[in-house]
Amino acid sequence: MTTGDHAIVAEGLRKEYGTKHALAGLDLTVPRGTVQGVLGPNGAGKSTLVRILATLLRPTAGRAEVAGVDVARHPDEVRRRIGLLGQHAAVDEHLSGMQNLEMFARLYHLGARRARSRADELLTRFGLADTGRKPIGKYSGGMRRRLDLAASLILDPEILFLDEPTTGLDPRGRTEVWEAVRTLVGGGTTVLLTTQYLEEADQLADALCLVDDGRIVAEGTADQLKARLGGDRIDVVVRDREGLAAAASVVGMAARADTVTTDADRRLLSAPVTDRMTALAETVRALAAAGIEAEDIALRRPTLDEVFLHLTGATGTVTGTYEEASA
Amino acid sequence: MSAAYILSDSWTMTRRGLAHWGRQPVAVIVGLAFPVMMMVMFAYLLGGGMEVGDYREYLVPGMFALAMAFGLEATMVELTRDLDKGVIDRFRSMPMAPSAVLIGRSIIDLLQSALGLLVLIGTGLVMGWRWHGGPAAALAAVGLLLLLRFAMLWAGIYLGMVAGRPEMVQAVQILIWPVAFLSNAFTSPDTMPGWMGTIAEWNPMSATAQAVRELFANPVWGGGDSWVTDHAVLMAVVWPVVMLAVFLPLAVRRYQRLGD
Repeated sequence: MTTGDHAIVAEGLRKEYGTKHALAGLDLTVPRGTVQGVLGPNGAGKSTLVRILATLLRPTAGRAEVAGVDVARHPDEVRRRIGLLGQHAAVDEHLSGMQNLEMFARLYHLGARRARSRADELLTRFGLADTGRKPIGKYSGGMRRRLDLAASLILDPEILFLDEPTTGLDPRGRTEVWEAVRTLVGGGTTVLLTTQYLEEADQLADALCLVDDGRIVAEGTADQLKARLGGDRIDVVVRDREGLAAAASVVGMAARADTVTTDADRRLLSAPVTDRMTALAETVRALAAAGIEAEDIALRRPTLDEVFLHLTGATGTVTGTYEEASA
Repeated sequence: MSAAYILSDSWTMTRRGLAHWGRQPVAVIVGLAFPVMMMVMFAYLLGGGMEVGDYREYLVPGMFALAMAFGLEATMVELTRDLDKGVIDRFRSMPMAPSAVLIGRSIIDLLQSALGLLVLIGTGLVMGWRWHGGPAAALAAVGLLLLLRFAMLWAGIYLGMVAGRPEMVQAVQILIWPVAFLSNAFTSPDTMPGWMGTIAEWNPMSATAQAVRELFANPVWGGGDSWVTDHAVLMAVVWPVVMLAVFLPLAVRRYQRLGD
């Protein structure tokens, strides 16, 4: 196996706990300098994957290389090349930001003087210079996360693992973290990002994989995954709820769609289309001919939510948008 | 991992604990005051009801041993907090000496207990307790007390990893009380119902308390009729060594396989 171009290579990774499995033979390759989004519901195996790649867990079977180094055989070599941002801000609550970074830098064996200057540098870079002397207990969630990120970057890792980096953050904290991650990626770091939030994956990742029940069920760019759901869709909002069923059959004929989904509360119907402009023109004409009044007609790409639900079937319940999740 | 890294990383972890003291002086003071409060409470509130000789001469060494045994709890709280916050995960994902996390924990906890013991000895002296043996015997007594703390420490590290979460520690906090009282810390096992007295005599904490009383030449009530009380100093070494032989490898093994 050549791993020269790949930051991460996983082959047939399995992790079993008794008779249950967290990973059921997972394969993944991540090219250097890209952001790989790993998307999936709670318990799909995302964190287990990250923990194996970050040398915290040993796989039951299969193998993995990170930065060209086997994680099971040379964990210490891997640890020199990675940064890990876990689900909680893994910083010492009782110490200040400065004390935290200095401690971690010493544990990375930078030596006392370099540890101090590196801590100063990172505090400034993450906008924490003013608050660096305060204990973390007084930090906001977003600040804590930024400090956590700073601690992961002490050695300028080739590969950064972000395990649900914005879970539990308010919208402002989330934006702070996203901006910090974007800056990093600009600098050539490879990032593996797990998330339950489709919006986050859409915003940050170059390539996505959907994990369900310990396996990858789909891979590709966000656009490729959306295309798997049959390309574009047409949405129609009708004036009267009573006219929705009639409108659905009219639009189905006009747009040549097999399945039309309807949402009575929102008086909305949605159908996949193949030829965008023809479908739009035909739909407008057919609705007018049938005497059905439409409030809104729009062409759009499918959302990742639709892709996700389509691909994982009934097993996955994924949070559609951030707002819903944090509400 | 080279020995130099184990040393320097353990030192960094110890410094972390010292920085905690600086950041949380109130917590440190409360930690030091609790055994002092217990000792004062038992000496003056219950001691008046004790008619046998000078109760304080008997009680004070027992309280030293009790304070060492209660250290188990402090170790568990600190460790489970680090586990819960993911700080241990961060340490484990770093190229540091893995053993330094546990070595650092044991050094800082032992330092804290040594400080606590010093405060408790000072309080005992103020209350009129004295050691009547030589300085070498007194130092040996302090050594035995810290040996018990060291054994409890590794039991705490192991149990902390088994518990995993700070909430689980509460269960241990409740369980440690009967274990602590079912000993000779407060009164002679001779005065307890037969089977209870036997358990109290064989309690590792009792061995340390008894041995420390002998070394300080404080009154040793009862005993003389059982093998353990006749060999208190020996048992005060054997018990902690046995505990270490069990819990130290268990703790190291558990740490290496966290999450598995």
